[in-house]
Amino acid sequence: MKQIAGINDFVVKFANVNGTGSASANHLFAKSIFRMGIPVSPRNIFPSNIQGLPTWYEVRVSSKGYLGRRGGVDLMVCVNPQSMEKDVASVEPGGYFLFDNTKPLAPHLKRDDITYFGVPLTQMCMREYDTPRLQQLLKNVVYVGVLAALLDIEFPILKNLLNDQFKGKEKLISSNVHALEMGYQYATENFQCPLPIRLESGGNVAPHILESEHILMNGNTAVALGAIYGGATVAAWYPITPSTSVVDAFAKYAERMRIDPGTGKKNFAIVQAEDELAAIGMVIGAGWNGARAFTATSGPGLSLMSEFLGLAYFAELPAVLIDVQRSGPSTGMPTRSQQSDILAAAYASHGDTKHVLLFPATPRECFDMTVQAFDLAEQLQTPIIMMSDLDLGMNDWMSPPLEWDDDYQMQRGKVLDADGLEEAKDWGRYVDVDGDGICYRTLPGAHPDRGSYFTRGSSKNERAIYSESGDDYVQNVDRLVRKFETAKSYVPAPKTHPPIKVKKPKTKLNLGAVFFGTSASPAYEAVETLAEMGYGIDTMRIRAFPFHESLDQFIADHDRVFVIEQNRDGQMRQLIMNECQIAPSQLTSVLNYSGTPITARSIVRQILEALEAKSADVVSLHPETA
Amino acid sequence: MSYLKPKFRHPNLPTNALGYTVADYEGSISTLCAGCGHDSISSAIINACFQSSLEPHKIAKLSGIGCSSKMPTYFLGKSHGFNSVHGRMPSVATGASLANRGLTYIGISGDGDTASIGMGQFVHLIRRNVNMTYIVANNGCYGLTKGQDSATADLGSVSKYGAVNPFDGIDLASLAMLQGAGFVGRSFSGDKEQLEPLIRAAMSHQGFAFIDVVSPCVTFNNHQGSTKSYAETRENLDAMPLDFVPMREEITTQYDPGTTQGVTLHDGSVIHLHKASHEYRTNDRTAALNAVQMATQEGRILTGLLFLDPNSQNLNQNLNIASKPLNELGKNELCPGSRVLNSINEGLR
Repeated sequence: MKQIAGINDFVVKFANVNGTGSASANHLFAKSIFRMGIPVSPRNIFPSNIQGLPTWYEVRVSSKGYLGRRGGVDLMVCVNPQSMEKDVASVEPGGYFLFDNTKPLAPHLKRDDITYFGVPLTQMCMREYDTPRLQQLLKNVVYVGVLAALLDIEFPILKNLLNDQFKGKEKLISSNVHALEMGYQYATENFQCPLPIRLESGGNVAPHILESEHILMNGNTAVALGAIYGGATVAAWYPITPSTSVVDAFAKYAERMRIDPGTGKKNFAIVQAEDELAAIGMVIGAGWNGARAFTATSGPGLSLMSEFLGLAYFAELPAVLIDVQRSGPSTGMPTRSQQSDILAAAYASHGDTKHVLLFPATPRECFDMTVQAFDLAEQLQTPIIMMSDLDLGMNDWMSPPLEWDDDYQMQRGKVLDADGLEEAKDWGRYVDVDGDGICYRTLPGAHPDRGSYFTRGSSKNERAIYSESGDDYVQNVDRLVRKFETAKSYVPAPKTHPPIKVKKPKTKLNLGAVFFGTSASPAYEAVETLAEMGYGIDTMRIRAFPFHESLDQFIADHDRVFVIEQNRDGQMRQLIMNECQIAPSQLTSVLNYSGTPITARSIVRQILEALEAKSADVVSLHPETA
Repeated sequence: MSYLKPKFRHPNLPTNALGYTVADYEGSISTLCAGCGHDSISSAIINACFQSSLEPHKIAKLSGIGCSSKMPTYFLGKSHGFNSVHGRMPSVATGASLANRGLTYIGISGDGDTASIGMGQFVHLIRRNVNMTYIVANNGCYGLTKGQDSATADLGSVSKYGAVNPFDGIDLASLAMLQGAGFVGRSFSGDKEQLEPLIRAAMSHQGFAFIDVVSPCVTFNNHQGSTKSYAETRENLDAMPLDFVPMREEITTQYDPGTTQGVTLHDGSVIHLHKASHEYRTNDRTAALNAVQMATQEGRILTGLLFLDPNSQNLNQNLNIASKPLNELGKNELCPGSRVLNSINEGLR
């Protein structure tokens, strides 16, 4: 049997039972690889449940720094008998299967093309620890010890991580270290260590990663920090997976950084609303009053917020909404990832509405774009919706460090204070003085007898006086279109990369690929793979809606453009077709909507199929990603 | 009717402590039906704010949707207003109050806007004790959509089309008391002697103040058989009069001993409650609920200040939010800077 081999390039997957403390042990494993300076991307694939159901944790190690999912599993660590049959089947031929052999493996689970490592995890822990809780928790740490031996993890790094995690709790540290050592020792005594797949600090790691000072963080935490740094003072929200940790993290940082030193009082307000309708209402009320306010939600919440989003669009009020997307529709799969709220967000609400969307692809962008979202909301006087997703929001990503420019000034947009109102001649709330569609607003309480007006969702004239005149209405909504055009020059431009040189091109077609958010990492990887196979593809990563003019040009410059995204209906493709007047035949969808993030292999396969390439060119595919 | 409001005012209109005349508190001309109870409420708000010498621009008025929610156009033209979406004014008011605790907030809603589509937000607004005055112009029907029963229509009340309402009406004042509101009043749009001081007291209260105002709909609910017509309301009114003396004014009126009860609000203002025919304790929530219930059973409408807890803690106080309005905080107070961010980065390696 030929075993899979390679340094710093493999996929490990853990099969656990949820609620048993496995995520923290698996995180220890991933973080130790990160501390070795090797690119790693962990993903928690978990059920919508508190305790007792199967849960997985996938760790990809990639010397080149590919952070998206590759597809397939090289080493399966299985401590959940419930899912063992499926887990055995999911291992690549030549791969490895580590399992708890306290009970012998059922004969039908024996494959002759993979290598088995049985470790009596339960038995060892029953022997060593006296309480059921410790027996359960430390079983996870024991297998990390086994992996340390099998994969060559530097043991002192693991110990340091435990020291960091349990700072000051010596008893916990020593019991965890003991469990690690127990696993390590068992592996060295019983198996040939290390495996042909293994880790090597420095090794073949891409130079740009070796030299950087990457951090490991999830997108939701980065969003929360962005809200702190962007000057958000009001957060109103309703708990919903996978966005909950945005406000949790905001609360944590605000309690540390936003307490007035003199009075001990809070320079922020967080309200857990009764529902999403109220959450966005509070945000809009606070924005009307001149505070930076935000909410975080997911698909079902976005639906509930639609009515208010229409009001804020039409009444021209700032609001920031973080949509951490999950699999819909309805409850869908609340703990699984998708990019499927694109159209719902872009056109949220009744009537003619369009909203500014931002598409972050990394935690660093989650931070930067959140700060920017608060500026944009006030500059454009409209809701800004940031389209994150579960994969980005809840998983740890290796990311360039967050940076802050201390010269940053909040962009508060066109707001007239008392002096401004004194100077302004003939002010009217909806008069387009500058011709960019953005008018001057005033805040309640600004001036004793100037600048007051009645904010409303009903039609009004330029002076904010109620009007049912067709002319007034048309003038107003046409100006909103003008404002949306202006927005194009305010929002982040797309990212393009110079085309990859292809040695022996297999096609004369000029190919392009467009993608956004978490589809970007596997898309870049797929494009590099395809270049090696003879297909050169130019790329454009969309970062905002309304679309930049260069998107039209990019599509016009290519014979065929693939739109890579994670939903069933090709929603970004539809949005492009609709907004850029593109013929459907020019855009080919590359999709994944299974709830687990799209893999590079799946993108390669779909593009090859679309190009009608020979099947021999197709990378071997795991059934899950096929 | 004319839609042009005359700009001419009597040159010697009396001024209040700030030098404003009552005209400084007026709004645009009303487009509601002639005789609508809501216009009397607008007028009571104008007089209340004038008499209490509130700065017009330091008041913010918010509403939902419906005839009631058009009202903010018709008073306080120098104040910012927000006509939000149906039933959701409470959330907008909550956010506004968190963003700027320095303004006085008046919410105007109706029985449809509060007791049906907005019930959820209304109850949570009370629960959070947002510092505002919340007035429901209660006419028991949907006016803008031509007279359907609302959820506050009384059991047995007959609609304009002859249908008898088979459902129990929701009593918003009782609900507010049950949910812990610190200030609950009920009044009648036709009783400005009571309504004006009630609104002044509500605006002085440092927390959520609720006033349910029976405000007859002249077009759809003012006929025989309706329990919320002018005639029926006047007939069954059981009014408890009150006076309001703001903080800075001296108490000049003399009351016969034993006939009034004074309650001092947090800002130093005093409410004088005149005893009605029966004993009434404004500070006893259970007794207040009981009294309202008894009156309802007897077919009477008990109006006045039903319950008051002058010391309730409002939302900004409960959350321990800074005294300086959040919307006035700048970069220095809000942004921790690069040094802190670098240390956060360090913790993520």
